[in-house]
Amino acid sequence: MSAILPTAQADAPLPAAKRDIAPLLLVPVLMLVMLPLVGSFPTWLTLTVAGLAMGMMIFIMASGLTLVFGLMSVLNFGHGAFVAVGAFSATLVLLPMRGWLEMDSLLINLGVLAMAVTLAMVVTGLLGWAFERIIVKPVYGQHLKQILITMGGMIVAEQLIHVIWGAETIALPLPTALRGAILMGDAAVEKYRLVAVVVGLVVFIAMFLVLNRTKIGLLVRAGVENGEMVEALGYRIRRLFVAVFAAGSSLAGLGGVMWGLYKETLTASMGSEIMVMIFIVIIIGGLGSVGGCFIGALLMALVANYAGFLAPKIALVSSIILMISVLLWRPAGLYSNSRS
Amino acid sequence: MHRLLSGDLPRSRILTGVLLVIVAGLALAPFLFSGARPLNTAATICIYIVLVASYDLLLGYTGIVSFAHTMFYGIGAYGVGLALARVDEPTWGVVVTGLILALLLALLLALVVGLFALRVRAIFYAMITLAVASSFAVLASQLSDLTGGEDGVTFSVPEVLSPSFLLFENEVFGRYVDGKVITYYLVFAGCLLLFLFLLRLVNSPFGRVLQAIRENEFRAEALGYRTMVYRIWANCLAALVAALAGALMALWLRYVGPKTSLGFEVMTDILLIVVIGGMGTMYGAVVGATLFILAQNYLKELMAHGSSALEGVPVLAAALHPDRWMLWLGVLFILSIYFFPIGIVGKLRVRAWLARR
Amino acid sequence: MLAPEPAHDAPLLSLRGVHTHIGQYHILQGVDLVVPRGELAVLLGRNGAGKTTTLRTIMGLWKASAGAIHFDGRDITKLATPDIARAGIAYVPENMAVFSELTVRENLVLAARNGPLDGARVDWICGFFPALRKFWNYPAGNLSGGQKQMVAIARAIVEPRKLLLVDEPTKGLAPSIVQSLIAAFRELKERETTILLVEQNFNFVRSLGDSVAVMDDGRVAHAGTMAALAGDANLQQRLLGLSLDSHQ
Repeated sequence: MSAILPTAQADAPLPAAKRDIAPLLLVPVLMLVMLPLVGSFPTWLTLTVAGLAMGMMIFIMASGLTLVFGLMSVLNFGHGAFVAVGAFSATLVLLPMRGWLEMDSLLINLGVLAMAVTLAMVVTGLLGWAFERIIVKPVYGQHLKQILITMGGMIVAEQLIHVIWGAETIALPLPTALRGAILMGDAAVEKYRLVAVVVGLVVFIAMFLVLNRTKIGLLVRAGVENGEMVEALGYRIRRLFVAVFAAGSSLAGLGGVMWGLYKETLTASMGSEIMVMIFIVIIIGGLGSVGGCFIGALLMALVANYAGFLAPKIALVSSIILMISVLLWRPAGLYSNSRS
Repeated sequence: MHRLLSGDLPRSRILTGVLLVIVAGLALAPFLFSGARPLNTAATICIYIVLVASYDLLLGYTGIVSFAHTMFYGIGAYGVGLALARVDEPTWGVVVTGLILALLLALLLALVVGLFALRVRAIFYAMITLAVASSFAVLASQLSDLTGGEDGVTFSVPEVLSPSFLLFENEVFGRYVDGKVITYYLVFAGCLLLFLFLLRLVNSPFGRVLQAIRENEFRAEALGYRTMVYRIWANCLAALVAALAGALMALWLRYVGPKTSLGFEVMTDILLIVVIGGMGTMYGAVVGATLFILAQNYLKELMAHGSSALEGVPVLAAALHPDRWMLWLGVLFILSIYFFPIGIVGKLRVRAWLARR
Repeated sequence: MLAPEPAHDAPLLSLRGVHTHIGQYHILQGVDLVVPRGELAVLLGRNGAGKTTTLRTIMGLWKASAGAIHFDGRDITKLATPDIARAGIAYVPENMAVFSELTVRENLVLAARNGPLDGARVDWICGFFPALRKFWNYPAGNLSGGQKQMVAIARAIVEPRKLLLVDEPTKGLAPSIVQSLIAAFRELKERETTILLVEQNFNFVRSLGDSVAVMDDGRVAHAGTMAALAGDANLQQRLLGLSLDSHQ
């Protein structure tokens, strides 16, 4: 990637700012290719929105994990705990305020949801901070122990959910104003899925802006490349780590609430169940890349939905096939910019 | 004895004592205890010892974290189980055929996954094995025509092993030597042989190279060892032993199902045992599995007592509920990683070594 | 480096009996080094002598296992790297450690801890390194080796610092860029920045350095003025295995 050495003349050609376009095209191309394959536009629209919605939620849950890994080289096998805790914490608001959720007013419904989400994010953020201090910090740098101990952390967290909230599943019906579908011609698009897509986009754009337009974002991006040099420039990167870890946990909590509403039930093991999908997504995207995670999540969800319709037999393993295909093309994932 | 244990002696008197008690207990289980439950516990202990020891080969000796181990265990179990379920006459030939097919599948998968993923970072490998194993589990429960789905499959075993078969007319030491007892001794002998095989393996030059790779892969490469080849070998051997353990379990239970063979719970159990028992020791698997299975079966009763005693107290009663035994295990697991990174066996050995100085 | 200076001319940086272990390797075996204020001190030595390790130990990236490091009157031996940097030391590592995904501008912004970039200072830096101006908004990873070196040095001086630690800046660079570097270092000295420069290229430093220390096997084998070393061919031969005008 080295550019031409600048010569003395002022009109020497500038090095091309290489932009990696190919991965960005994957999702739109997939969507377009599927249209003729699916056949009918309404079906395609339903499948696509379903895929996008699911993908956005998984992205929200996975983004924290990939960022933490890129920055700190810590793989939190217990990340699912934040998903579950977030969802269950939300019930502390959603269940008592059931009445408000049953009212057919979008504003009130969203208001209650916002409160629930805020609580969930605060709780998981704090849990994340505690998790980092107690469980992760002592095994910093030892990958083997990290994997084991974070798994242990998740087991304990799940069991504590059982203890605090009881062992049964909790039903979480959608708020009235978000139930049902909008009719677009022949196609029915579920309202909640649209909300999920919007929220996902907002989160992604917010992360993009923070990473690219703020000094903190600069620190994170630099830290992903070379944490030592960031320290040598005078920044206490440990504090940044903890903050990013807590933020990532918070996002997982948000994703958990959304996922719980999507499935309309909560179980204590929902976190660990979703870990496999999250791992596949961050492997596809490239460990440490938020953009890659975004594309990877959308891809995986879209592929799963399309496959479920077109070829149900392979739908189960469609995610694995996708992962293998991407890895054959780019062995380190779509984007890999962290140290290898 | 020295040669039998491939030179890997317990090196601690307490440990030796414990091991002798365990081995004696397992060897004489049918005659020491009456009833079905203790025998079942004993058989499970035997099989888990081998299952965990084969995982220790990967984790403790080679330094590979894999979440696919239960997959190979399940393949062994399903191989034998489905073969026996599909035929009218459960003969030994069927058992062997099923076993061989299962071993081949396990070997193939271990090779493929190994070749594909072992050259990447450990973390990548762990995630990939997790993804592969859970897909496999989902597949097994979805292809219900073939595998019996969520409920699993029961089947009959060769006549010698079936409970109605009696070897002797009369009781021996208070127990009828029926097919169940014979099966038990098949399991016991099989597990003993497999364990000794693993012990020999880790104490051979091959085993030493594995440990060298675990310590410092770069240096091992520099010394001329093709680390990839060794790791793939370790992967395949561990998979094969796990599959054999699964086959034994299938013969014992006369049932295979996703929960008992492929579930994530089994994987967590293995991890817990190997860490608490002591990674990289082999004997850790023995001690750990025994403690774990015993606790799993009998400790829960204790917890139930405690829970009902604390009836009124809100959180504590729930925390001591026998279903929450995983909570305490998880805490013990985390504490083990901090304070006993060498596990019970490691601690005992260090103690003995210090005492000798 | 000369004998300990009188108090009012206390050296900016001093290392006394510094040992550093990396794993089981005993790299620094009792380094004694003194860098007077306002000077350009040069650290020479062949590969593996411990020069880079010395810089990294000063910077706290590796912890000294014994000995003391004093900077500007403070004991920094046990401080964490960010605190050492904030005490006024800037580090330009051997591999430049430029952030490839960040633009040139972002690299500098990050280095400017105390607020937004000082336009005048940036202009001054671009005076030596015109390429920076040209590639201002390009990802630093797209630049050539020489340009990256410019970015790394620019990062270290984008705000005034008391001490610069520079590790082999001329390695693999074209002669024209080396000239720019020499000019830059000269001006920095005039602006009262102290510099500790690690180099293997003796010809680069012979006209630049005020004092020199030669390292061998983790210790300082010789310390003195540059003038003395530059004028003594036999000494050069003995310490550096050089004859005049060798080394490209």
